[in-house]
Amino acid sequence: MTERLRVENLYKVFSKSPDPALRMLAAGAKKADVLAKTGMVVGLNDVSLSVPSGAIYMVMGLSGSGKSTLARCINRLNEPSAGRILLDGRDIVAAGEAELRDIRRTRISMVFQHFALLPNRTVAENTEFGLKLQGVSPQARRRRAEEVLSIVGLARWGNHYPHELSGGMRQRVGLARALATDADVLIMDEAFSALDPLIRTEMQDELLRLQRTLKKTILFITHDFQEALKLGTRIAIMADGELVREGTPQSIVLEPGSDYVAAFTREVDRSRLFDARWAMTPVQPVPLAAGLCLAETGDGGGLVLDDGGHVVGALDSETLRGLRDTANFGNSGFGALRKDFVTVRECDSLLDAARAHRAGRPMAVVDEEGRLTGTLAADRILAGIAAAPPHPAGGLHA
Amino acid sequence: MLDANDLNIFPVDAWIQDGVAWIALNLRPLFLAIKWPVEYVLNLNIFLLQEIPFLAIVAVAVLLAWRLASLGVACFSAVALVAIAALGVWSEAMTTLSLITTAIVICAAVGIPIGIGCARSDRMWGVVRPILDIMQTTPTFVYLVPVVMLFGVGTVPGEVAVVTAAAPPLIRFTNLGIRMVETEMVEAGLAFGATKRQLLWEVQLPLAVPTILGGLNQTVLTAMVMSVVVAMIGAEGLGLVVLQGLGRLDVGRAAVGGIAIVLLAMMLDRITQKLAQPGGPGGRPLLRSLRALVRSGRTADDKTVASPATSKPAISSPDQ
Repeated sequence: MTERLRVENLYKVFSKSPDPALRMLAAGAKKADVLAKTGMVVGLNDVSLSVPSGAIYMVMGLSGSGKSTLARCINRLNEPSAGRILLDGRDIVAAGEAELRDIRRTRISMVFQHFALLPNRTVAENTEFGLKLQGVSPQARRRRAEEVLSIVGLARWGNHYPHELSGGMRQRVGLARALATDADVLIMDEAFSALDPLIRTEMQDELLRLQRTLKKTILFITHDFQEALKLGTRIAIMADGELVREGTPQSIVLEPGSDYVAAFTREVDRSRLFDARWAMTPVQPVPLAAGLCLAETGDGGGLVLDDGGHVVGALDSETLRGLRDTANFGNSGFGALRKDFVTVRECDSLLDAARAHRAGRPMAVVDEEGRLTGTLAADRILAGIAAAPPHPAGGLHA
Repeated sequence: MLDANDLNIFPVDAWIQDGVAWIALNLRPLFLAIKWPVEYVLNLNIFLLQEIPFLAIVAVAVLLAWRLASLGVACFSAVALVAIAALGVWSEAMTTLSLITTAIVICAAVGIPIGIGCARSDRMWGVVRPILDIMQTTPTFVYLVPVVMLFGVGTVPGEVAVVTAAAPPLIRFTNLGIRMVETEMVEAGLAFGATKRQLLWEVQLPLAVPTILGGLNQTVLTAMVMSVVVAMIGAEGLGLVVLQGLGRLDVGRAAVGGIAIVLLAMMLDRITQKLAQPGGPGGRPLLRSLRALVRSGRTADDKTVASPATSKPAISSPDQ
């Protein structure tokens, strides 16, 4: 994935003359030191990150951690005190008034926590707001508004007023308004935080569904670690204006790196977060007979593969031992092949694997083409759910 | 022993007297320029309200009250206007109404732009605010002296005093209304690339309208009060009726003027108060109907688009 947005050494101090504070920060001072010495509030302290194109990049932190400040610096609702923000290589911080306006109109759009819909305008008028500011003709912008409203599932609501809609529907309008301008970067500032839990889950699923086709670059601000895990391709965790941990959801859960981050990861449901590939024992198939390979499972038995790598059957440990002794697979071997093995895909969650597991039956883990890549025993599933260290040869996805 | 009167060594009264006299003499073109639009609008209003037949005015007032406020206010307006006519002070009441409508027009034309300017510039608000404080705390009588010095006596100078007294609330409420617009709304405007002008017209002003209309209500009531007081500098209208009653110790005449003033004031207050209430169900029907009128072209399109939905019940209708 190419890089869409890059933040380099970004500082934000809430003051008209931030230089003394910036000097302190550069010398290694923390937010609290600066506040005590100068009385200035530090929003961001040397934040650098890189957002790949098409990612849902989660910025997570508690209130006061600077996450919203960071989002607002990206489209310069907050003016950064120092540092660079590169959108496709062009520095937003250095942009002049007209260029900034152009960026806000066509490149970066925003979804707000409390929706920020204009109460005196209909849903359709709110949706076409950005286009109206651009001077798009009424017919064209109404057409576009209807288009995006149907994308977010509000096709019939164009002529209603925001106060007639539920919270979830209002945020759909907020999303539609952000999508209408065709900006490729979307800033979602705690976009789902004001919604009640059921609607929030629904909106998260909706966002994931939309993102599959829209492929926007989304910078999503949240204080909810579960939300970050569910939506994020990458997560940046902030505290006191600093970036304390950045990485894929899985890597952060596995290696929090600090007590602050570990406090968030403690409650994580690993059975949903980690997949079968992560917990499985990889296999090294060995030739068994003409056109057949054997992949041993840990318990002394094995899975028999055809030359395409697909599992054709399982052998229990006794049969396998018998075959080894005679060193001849032949018809008796085929006759002993069990068909009651269980198959899960690599991308299935450990929860799915646990559900599929049956005592006494070997579990085969296969890739997208159905080729065997590993086996998964009950103890590995349990270990994976219970936060065991990663298997030396197991891979994290992403 | 030091007496307080011994300290009275500054002849401030004389200085101000000289100052105002100098201003009246040397800045006369300025005051003529101020007076001219006031005079023009006022004379137009007086002409209209005096010439339009009684029944037509009642009809228009009832219609406005009904559309802007409610049926109840419309009924009250009809009763109030008929009562004023029955008291025999219709012509005077129309003159007072002219003073008020003129004040509304001029205050809106001057006050709203000043209020907008104050909302957008803290420096301007810093200058305007103390002036408004002085204007609003000064007793209404005190306005009359400089007005007489600078503009003379009569109905038009009276109108100048009315406008001066009535403008501050509108400036304040306009400023307040724009400043009170939620930051998130303003940020939404900025985030989608609004220019300063677009931000004002697309976001801030529309959202400030209820507050501005609240200010308009205050302006109307202040104008009402002032339109009575300016009878003392020769302005015509209901105030003159009261003043004449007082001068002749004619309690009946003064009371008639007073009753007519109260009726007119209540009517204007009820109508303009409803304007300021945020549009819930049934609120601001005039704005709604105006908007509907503007949109009538568009709604025609909407109907054709919506026809597949409406045609569904039509299919099932043969069953009935």
